Amino acid sequence: MHELGIASNIIEIAIDSIPADLNNMPVEKINLKLGKLSSVVAESLKFCFVTLIPGTRLEGAELSIEEVPVTAKCKKCNFKWIVSEPVFVCKKCGSGLIDIISGRELDISSIEIADN
Amino acid sequence: MEIKVVKKVLDANNEIAMQNRKMFSENKVFTINMMSSPGSGKTSILEQTLSMITPEIKAAVIVGDICTTNDAMRIAATGVPAVQINTDEFGGDCHIGAHFIKKAAAELDLENIDLLIIENIGNLVCPAEFDIGENLRVVALSVTEGEDKPVKYPLMFRVCDAVLLNKMDLLPYLDYKIDEAVKNIKMIKHEMPVFQMSAKTGQGFQPWIDWLKKMANVE
Repeated sequence: MHELGIASNIIEIAIDSIPADLNNMPVEKINLKLGKLSSVVAESLKFCFVTLIPGTRLEGAELSIEEVPVTAKCKKCNFKWIVSEPVFVCKKCGSGLIDIISGRELDISSIEIADN
Repeated sequence: MEIKVVKKVLDANNEIAMQNRKMFSENKVFTINMMSSPGSGKTSILEQTLSMITPEIKAAVIVGDICTTNDAMRIAATGVPAVQINTDEFGGDCHIGAHFIKKAAAELDLENIDLLIIENIGNLVCPAEFDIGENLRVVALSVTEGEDKPVKYPLMFRVCDAVLLNKMDLLPYLDYKIDEAVKNIKMIKHEMPVFQMSAKTGQGFQPWIDWLKKMANVE
């Protein structure tokens, strides 16, 4: 629901990350890691990104989203697994005391700029 | 050419949330972020809670809404300082961001407050994502909603520290299965306390109040 604000943050961070010596080169891609447990919808985010970039330094760039699975680790038996449905209970020993290791990412990993 | 960035998109929010947390801690203010879907009874729960803890505990409330000051007026009627945040001036946000709290807190006399309750915007999705500098998160759920709300909105129930299951007085008129609702909550977070209550009758409030005082370390 807040994808427009998130897209705007992404654009701001990406523009700030462009090295000064490459300031005239087109930005081709923004690589984003998006955890599946985060409350951001990839398709909506892309839509907002495309809507916002005309007229900015990122015009024409693609937002490439890598979805990160939700992984959990049992606090009792240390078993690690990928959570594919909303059940946060250890698949091995049945304990409900678990840590979420990944799945909440909303991180820009890199930007790609044309070389010439 | 690929340029590594490695930056969290919500860094700007998280940075302000950290500042808020430091400011609250320096002023010895315990802060609760209360979330729920619209209409689950957050404001009624607050009214009942405040009537049971004040004036012994010096409380204050920040109320978030997209529009209107109705909720703040209801809280102010209890005699507790209340600050209303309307996000529509800033674009009709679906959640309270840390910067709203920073601004609202400036209107409160933090030195004379022990407990600050922030009533977030009614929404089970977005507020779960945004740290605002709170110490504790609670989610209100009412028995007029589906038993499967916790599994439909796993992040919200995963990030919260307690569930306030409200409108228990309506149970005789509904087909609501309490056991199933509690089972669904525990599936998302095993150790989650669930307080069954009715803000209308006051039923079931004492365990919640006791827990709240214990967590906030105030008597």
